[in-house]
Amino acid sequence: MKSFFLKQRYLIDFTLSSLLRRSGKNIGLLLVYTLIVFMLASVMLFTHALRNEAGHVLAESPEIILQRMIAGRHDLIPGGYLEKIGQVRGVMEKHGRLWGYFFDPAIKANYTLMVPRDRSLGEGEIVVGAGIARTRGVGIGDILSFRSADSRTFSFRVMDILQSDSELVSSDLILLSEAQFRDFFGIPEGFYTDLVLRVRNPKELRTIAEKLTLKLPDTRPILRDEIMRTYDSIFSWRQGIVFILMAGAILAFVIFAWDKASGLSAEERKEIGILKAIGWETADVIRMKFWEGFIISISAFLLGYLLAYLHVFYASAGLFESVLKGWAVLYPEFQPIPYIDGLQVATLFFFTVFPYTVATIIPIWRAAITDPDTVMR
Amino acid sequence: MHMRKSDLFLISLVFACILVAVTFVDAHWRVLNAGSHLDGMAQMVRQLELTDLSLFTEARYTRHLSQADYHTAFQDHPLAIEHFPSGSLIHPPQLLQGTDEVIFPETALPD
Repeated sequence: MKSFFLKQRYLIDFTLSSLLRRSGKNIGLLLVYTLIVFMLASVMLFTHALRNEAGHVLAESPEIILQRMIAGRHDLIPGGYLEKIGQVRGVMEKHGRLWGYFFDPAIKANYTLMVPRDRSLGEGEIVVGAGIARTRGVGIGDILSFRSADSRTFSFRVMDILQSDSELVSSDLILLSEAQFRDFFGIPEGFYTDLVLRVRNPKELRTIAEKLTLKLPDTRPILRDEIMRTYDSIFSWRQGIVFILMAGAILAFVIFAWDKASGLSAEERKEIGILKAIGWETADVIRMKFWEGFIISISAFLLGYLLAYLHVFYASAGLFESVLKGWAVLYPEFQPIPYIDGLQVATLFFFTVFPYTVATIIPIWRAAITDPDTVMR
Repeated sequence: MHMRKSDLFLISLVFACILVAVTFVDAHWRVLNAGSHLDGMAQMVRQLELTDLSLFTEARYTRHLSQADYHTAFQDHPLAIEHFPSGSLIHPPQLLQGTDEVIFPETALPD
C-alpha cells in the first residue's frame, strides 16, 4: 500500500514537471477551464439562492388575487365584485388592491405605485423604495414631482425610504395614499386594480378559485402557489435564466473536452514514445496522464467554485447585473443569502472534473498501446 | 529544505478543499443569521401584499411576472413582438403553463 502511494507521488512529481515544461499552454488552459467552472458555479449558486429566498419571501404573498379580464386584457375591477363574491366558505378577508406603473421620463425608469394597507399617508406624502431613492438621489424630506395622466404636476414629499435590505421586493415601489393614487391615475372611486382574498386553509384554495370563476366568469384567480411555482421554475436548473446563461458555458466546455479527447499533439506523442522506450508500462503512462487531467480539472474546479462563491455571496453577483437588468434603469442592490445545495455542487464536480479527466485518458490509451517506435516517428 | 512538487500540490489541494468546506460553514452560518432579514422581507410582502421580486423592472410583465397574462408581452400593437431582454430569460407565469384546465375545468373563457 505504501509503495502504491509513493509511486503516485513520483507520478505527480513527474506530471507537474511535465505540465510546467509547457507552462504557457497549461496555465492558459487552467485559466479558461477555471473561467468556465466559475460561470457555471456562479449561475448555479446565484439561482439556487434566489430560488430559496423567493420561496421563503413569496410564501407570504396573498393566497388569491382576482383580476378582471376584458377582451383579453387586465382591467380595473369594480368594488361591487366583492359583494358578488359574497360569503365564500374559507375566505377570511377580501378587499381591493390599488397599484399601477408609472414611467418616469427623468431617468427613464418604471416605478410601481401602490396604496399600502399597513400605513396611512397624507396628501402629497410618499414612501419610496431604496432603488428609487438611490437612482433619483433623493432622501427623506425631499420632493419628487411627477406628471399625471391628465398632465397635472404632482409634487410628493418623501416621508420615508423602505428598508434597503428588502430591495429584492421593494426596490421600485412608491407608496402613496388611496386618494392621491386615484387622483394621479384618474381611477374613479369604487374601482380597484385587483382583489385580494385571504384564505385560512391552503387546501381549499383550488375549490375557492373554481367557485370564483363560476361566480365571476370575466375574472381569473391567481393563486399563491402559482406565484411561487413561477419563481421556482425560472430559477430551476433546466429552464429560464439558468439554461440561457449556462448553455454558452456548457457548449464551450463540450468543445474544450472534445478537442482534448479527439487527438494528441505531436509533442505529447513523442513524450509517450520516449517514456515507453525507456521502460514505462502502458498502465504507468495512463496513470501519469490521469494525474495530468485530474490536476488541471480539480484545480480549475476548486478555483472556479471558490471564486464563484465570492462573486455571488460577497460581490452581489455583480457580473449578472447587466444580464438581469436588461434595459431597466432600476436594479435592486442585494446580497443573496448563501443557500448551497451540496448535491448541486457534487453534480457540478462530476460534470466538470470527470469528463475532462476521461477525455485526457482516452487518446493517451490509444497512443500508449502502440509501438513506441511508431509513436515517436 | 526543498519541497517536492507533489507535496506542494497535495498541500495546496488540501488547503483548497478546506476553503471549500469553509464556504459551506460560512453559508450555513449566514443562513442562520439571515432569519431576521428574511422575516422582515416576508413581513413586508405580507403587509404590502406584494406578489413578485423587483428583479426585472424594464417591462410590466417581467416586473410582475406572476400577474402577467398571455397577451401582456405582445400587446403594444397587433404585430408587436416581445422584445425586452429579460423577456428572453424568463418563462410565462406558471398559471399559463397548462395548469388552468385542472383548476378551472368548467371555465369557458380563456385566460
